[in-house]
Amino acid sequence: MDDPGLPERHFRNSGIPTVTDERLRQVSPLRRALVRPELGAICGAILVFVFFFMIAGDSGMFGPEGVQNWTVVSAQFAIIAVGACLLMIAGEFDLSVGSMIGFTGIVVAILSVQWGVPTWAAILIAFALSMAIGALNGILVIRTGLPSFIVSLAFLYILRGLTIWLSILTTRQTIIGGVRDAAEGDWLAALFGGVIFKGFFQWLGDIGVIDTFSRGTRAGQPVVEGIPMLVVWAIALIIFGHILLTRTKFGNWIFAAGGDAQAARYVGVPVNRVKILMFMFTAFCASVFAICQVMEFGSAAADRGLLKEFEAIICVVIGGALLTGGYGSVVGAALGALIFGVVQQGLFFSGAESSLFRVFLGTILIMAVILNTYIRRLITGERG
Amino acid sequence: METQPLLELSHIRKQFGGVVAVEDFSLDLHPGEIVALVGDNGAGKSTLIKMISGVYQPTDGAIRLSGETVSFTDASEARARGIEVVYQDLALADQQPVYMNLFLGREKLMKGLPLLDRRSMVKEAQQLVEDLDVRIPSAKATIRDLSGGQRQGIAIARATHWAKQLILLDEPTAALGVAETAKVEKQIAALKERNVAILIISHSLDQVFRLSDRICVLRRGQQIGIRETAKTDKNEIVAMITGVN
Ligand SMILES: Nc1ncnc2c1ncn2[C@@H]1O[C@H](COP(=O)(O)OP(=O)(O)OP(=O)(O)O)[C@@H](O)[C@H]1O
Ligand SMILES: [Mg+2]
Repeated sequence: MDDPGLPERHFRNSGIPTVTDERLRQVSPLRRALVRPELGAICGAILVFVFFFMIAGDSGMFGPEGVQNWTVVSAQFAIIAVGACLLMIAGEFDLSVGSMIGFTGIVVAILSVQWGVPTWAAILIAFALSMAIGALNGILVIRTGLPSFIVSLAFLYILRGLTIWLSILTTRQTIIGGVRDAAEGDWLAALFGGVIFKGFFQWLGDIGVIDTFSRGTRAGQPVVEGIPMLVVWAIALIIFGHILLTRTKFGNWIFAAGGDAQAARYVGVPVNRVKILMFMFTAFCASVFAICQVMEFGSAAADRGLLKEFEAIICVVIGGALLTGGYGSVVGAALGALIFGVVQQGLFFSGAESSLFRVFLGTILIMAVILNTYIRRLITGERG
Repeated sequence: METQPLLELSHIRKQFGGVVAVEDFSLDLHPGEIVALVGDNGAGKSTLIKMISGVYQPTDGAIRLSGETVSFTDASEARARGIEVVYQDLALADQQPVYMNLFLGREKLMKGLPLLDRRSMVKEAQQLVEDLDVRIPSAKATIRDLSGGQRQGIAIARATHWAKQLILLDEPTAALGVAETAKVEKQIAALKERNVAILIISHSLDQVFRLSDRICVLRRGQQIGIRETAKTDKNEIVAMITGVN
């Protein structure tokens, strides 16, 4: 080094001259606290809320019913986003999530309605099947070394086709009804439909915090019955995913597997197992989504879940995860889902043309990614 | 040296498709012994190390550890037996902080809980880099932000910290300056004192002659020979490496 400004030299007790290198970049604690994947999503969520408060503040969007409305939609996105998030951090994609949703729903319906299998058993079988397909996805990716983008794209078609074929084969149509009747009184189905804290919400209605119906069969009941199981699932999955990722050894391995699989393998991290398990977890999340939806509608349809894989990925990316893996946050993905839900329902409440939703979505996606990249560069001064 | 060899490689061979990376390689390594592995680029040195550490499985031949035949299917099994490696490409996770890299695959958990004990990992990592005089801003610094030499320092710190029986060093000082190289050589001597067996790959013959007890030469996958360092000289080794007299 022929650097003219020679660094100061001093001697340690080792007797070997050491050099204090003043060029070492010191990162202030504040900066470090700010370099979080979810920073952009936090800003985005605040912006979106302020925006809709201004343009749709008096439309009922922020009343009890309105809140329930966008909470449920956000929760739907959140459920699949948690799976996609962990998988993306582990360095892989699953484009078959949407098809998996259709598939799981149809399996539950065929088993419980057509074949008379008890609903709890139908649900367990559907979970097992979809997670096995998730594992197959993962094993194929690992064994062939092909990008998961390609492998899961193939499954997007295979599963969708199979679902429609199965449905038509057994019922001659692509929609199977009667699921809710079949699930009446089933202990496991109850976990995927209905609401909790009914009493509490009734009390809120009684004391006038939330409105009650004044007419009809539900007179006296609160307009918001309770917290939908779908929302409970979303919150549980977010908490589970967040703790798994940030507080456990396995979470650390997820980061390592996605960040630099080779390096992780060299120190003995079971990269293949981590990735395959994440494919299975993504499938699990898709199944939760599907079964909640089936229980809510009382029917399954072979075309359910269309484009859900992309919506999940969008939530994750808005949440600050890197498509290349090794970086991201479940909380960020959940905020991405919230932004997504609020925008979708906000446009509805503000009376905008519903087809504009996709325009907004695309715009938000690009803005979020630019914002995330910009914030990261700004704070870390990171290279390239 | 009449102790039982710690590591015995007998007739190891590794083939990648049509390429034979290592051909019929045999070597014994004793506790507290330093063997240097030399040879030109592509000679098969790194491949050999990866077979010992379980990253690759030999196509043929046997590996014995303390007399027991082993066949590791991945690196965690070798690590569990006290074998540590500094890989040529360092094997650090770029997006992760220094302390997580030092503990990757060996994470410390809180007492009675399956949760990471980050605080104690940071503390131990800080202590370790100070002891080994690796100059980094903090144990929480991200690997991506470190210089090549600093990264190499971290990789060496990780291996020396965990090595109980055997350490495999693949060009450990390639990115280091003069003072840093001297420090690493001191650490290697300290490991030898601790009776750890050491296999070191280096392209610097000066370093090889300073450190090793024996020198093993590879040329295009062939084992050319093993010499005792005290009984050979650079000319002989260079001739063995290049195949030119
Ligand atoms: N995973 C692999 N797949 C196919 N061929 C490989 C693989 N790893 C190594 N090789 C080949 O094996 C031979 C030996 O490679 P190796 O990395 O062991 O050399 P080396 O002695 O470490 O060289 P260098 O001094 O450059 O590090 C080379 O011809 C290389 O191309
Ligand atoms: Mg090499």
